[in-house]
Amino acid sequence: MNIFNLVKRKRSASIARERLQILLAHERAYTGRIDLLPVLREEILAVIKKHVPLDPDKVRVKMDKRNGVSTLAVDIEIDGASGVLLMSA
Amino acid sequence: MANVMVVTSGKGGVGKTTSTAALGAALAQAGQNVVVIDFDVGLRNLDLVLGAERRVVYDFINVINGDAKLSQALIRDKRLDTLSLLPASQTRDKDALSDDGVARVISELREKFDWVICDSPAGIERGASHAMRHADLAVVITNPEVSSVRDSDRIIGLLDSKTEKAEKGGRVDKHLLITRYDPARAATGEMLKIEDILEILSIPLLGVIPESPEVLRASNLGTPVTLSNALSAPARAYVDASKRLRGETIPIAMPTERRNLLGRWFSRRAA
Repeated sequence: MNIFNLVKRKRSASIARERLQILLAHERAYTGRIDLLPVLREEILAVIKKHVPLDPDKVRVKMDKRNGVSTLAVDIEIDGASGVLLMSA
Repeated sequence: MANVMVVTSGKGGVGKTTSTAALGAALAQAGQNVVVIDFDVGLRNLDLVLGAERRVVYDFINVINGDAKLSQALIRDKRLDTLSLLPASQTRDKDALSDDGVARVISELREKFDWVICDSPAGIERGASHAMRHADLAVVITNPEVSSVRDSDRIIGLLDSKTEKAEKGGRVDKHLLITRYDPARAATGEMLKIEDILEILSIPLLGVIPESPEVLRASNLGTPVTLSNALSAPARAYVDASKRLRGETIPIAMPTERRNLLGRWFSRRAA
């Protein structure tokens, strides 16, 4: 084993730490999102229902992550007319 | 007021059962009334680690199905009369545990004991969710190794969302117990350091159990390590962890590489 290998071997714990930090940041966001969407959908619907009658089948909730920006789009069809709400989360 | 505590990890083979036995025994040695429950239906091992494998007559599933009374299924430890075991069934599978049945048994045990310690099976399926369901506090067992840390993170997420306490808007008190820690390898950068794991998982540290041949010896003997060799480093670390669980403030003794040059020379010669 040459000196280069020895130095490289010694760094494996810091490689492990970096890999974990990146992976878990991603996984936490992902598992969070799975649970978040249906909850958001129900709560947003409840608020709007108080003021406008609507058909639950004509509501679409979408969450997107692009270029480091997360967007939440709620598309609700009200009595033929279409109202679109756009929010950033 | 009884404490219901789950010992969990996600990953298998990190020391859940060993730690359940050692923490249970340490609490019982301090005079607390303790019951340890094996939730690993089909693959029970807590009985073996506690040396009670030949004393199992009735089990957890028998109690849930009403085939036996709780008092008939509980096995009292021969060395510590304040320690009891509720063994899992070896012939059934995890589907034999019902939500209502588990809730009923746990609430009955709450009346009788100071500590109800639930030894979770590996994984995140039924058995593991039953084990954590009624917990007031959780001990998350983690090895200083990437897959174990990742699985612990997942389990922490479940403790925060899928437990009875979390669903009622409360919080399960979570503690990290690092096992199989080798200070020499951490010092040379070959193994994740305690600080690294704490920074990633960000739950409070309950203790650090050093890698030690005494742990295997204890399971060979069927005796918790706190009884088989009370002066050994892992036994002292488990006893300290059990005191912290009871609210005592004890500084965490980080295992250090104590061998000097001479010691290393001798150990090399011995090897």
